[in-house]
Amino acid sequence: MDLIESLFRGLNESAGINLTILYDPFDRARFWAGFLMTVYLAATSVVASVMLGVLGAAAQKSPVAPLRWLTDGYVAFFRNTPPLVQMYFFFFGLGSITPTVPDDLGFPTPLIGNVAWAIVALALFAGAFNVEIFRSGIEAVPQGTAEAATALGLSRLQSYRLVVLPLAFRICLPALNNNLVNLVKTTTLAYAIGVPEMLYVSNQIWSDALNVPEMMTTLLILYIGLVTLLVWAMHRWERAMRLPGFGER
Amino acid sequence: MTRAPDGKAAGFALLLVVAGSAWAQAAAPAADGALTALIRWAPLIGQGFVLNVLISVIAMAVGTLLGLFLGLGQVAPSRWVARPAVAATQFFRNAPWLVLLFYCIFILPFRITLFGTTVDVPNWLRATAGLTLPVMANVSEIVRGAVQSVPSGQWEGAASLALSRRKTLWLVILPQCLKRMLPPWMNLYAILLMSTPLASIVGVEEALTMTRNALGAERRSELLIPFYGALLVAFFCACWPIALATRRLEAYAARERTG
Repeated sequence: MDLIESLFRGLNESAGINLTILYDPFDRARFWAGFLMTVYLAATSVVASVMLGVLGAAAQKSPVAPLRWLTDGYVAFFRNTPPLVQMYFFFFGLGSITPTVPDDLGFPTPLIGNVAWAIVALALFAGAFNVEIFRSGIEAVPQGTAEAATALGLSRLQSYRLVVLPLAFRICLPALNNNLVNLVKTTTLAYAIGVPEMLYVSNQIWSDALNVPEMMTTLLILYIGLVTLLVWAMHRWERAMRLPGFGER
Repeated sequence: MTRAPDGKAAGFALLLVVAGSAWAQAAAPAADGALTALIRWAPLIGQGFVLNVLISVIAMAVGTLLGLFLGLGQVAPSRWVARPAVAATQFFRNAPWLVLLFYCIFILPFRITLFGTTVDVPNWLRATAGLTLPVMANVSEIVRGAVQSVPSGQWEGAASLALSRRKTLWLVILPQCLKRMLPPWMNLYAILLMSTPLASIVGVEEALTMTRNALGAERRSELLIPFYGALLVAFFCACWPIALATRRLEAYAARERTG
């Protein structure tokens, strides 16, 4: 550790490349916390948005008409409005009418903090795309498969959960993959409502250490690394879950 | 395969927002209602929205031009052209838009001296450059996909007519690609237009900044929901028709393919 610290301290003195996050303990700690926050935002909103997608796709097939309209309206609206404005709408708009609780010092603090609003906004935004993705996957499952499930005595819910959904999931994995990559990139928007994720702490660090080019480059490399990791994992998963008899090879 | 989205859905979404603002207005104890305040500020926010559209049009035009050449570079027969083009495309496609925006805002010069005259580069123009990069990379992928989807018989046919590679591309391949590229290109424009509010984070005075300024001047918390809601509706009205047209084109292309 000392070796790395002295190495990058030396790099700053000799070459002027000032990577404080590698030799300054304070900057390293907050950058690490920011990185973890980005991973946390990405992981929670990925899970929540996939669940929203599954539920929404089921609701679109529901026999209850208002439920179908509600889902269609949700999908249309959230797909066609800017995610940043959505986040402002949630955090500043809806945040202004949610109840507050007194904190340790007695100041009123909102019950739902900025991190929670960020996750809600991200999940709803990506969820709207996921609904469409799962819908197209479900539509690609041959009708006969669902009929065969019914013939085996499965209920509507059972055939959806046990037969149609597992098949649909495999069919729409590539599209889902794409959307989840977008979601990881969209977590940067939480910056705008003050969530201390990677971009936000980088901004703090370059304001203190005046090392904008170094931090920007670090950020780009780390985000591309995160996305590459996700793409790699999803590709492996795609291959492991590949349906025999579908697609090439 | 996509089902035509019914107007009911859009109507329902709009109804939700209108009901929300009506509720906020009813709850407002202030002198004038939310709607009056909204109408008072609409011209200013509208000016900001014009800047959003301007940024998106410039970024789309420049990004498409650069992306076309980058995409053709990706399918170039020479490895020395193709590899860097693929790398650049993947890099700018996988980087978050906001980080690229910050990059351009901080790295690009705020003042350029050309032939002795000094020109200030406005903030919004640098933001436009920041949005151009991801557009370029996405167009590059669209072009690559379209070129590769043209049957190889077309290449062979052009070769038998003794066309050079350049002539084959411009006279035979690209004209056939146009129809395939149009729906994803329109989709990309809608995504770009929805990304222009990012410029407000780096201080460009577009619609979201104007809305925040208006809210700051009013200092009334009951206006937050109607104002941000109205901005969402404004963007929805701009992007929804594009989405509808894209779907119609896609359905048309699918029908044509199946014959």
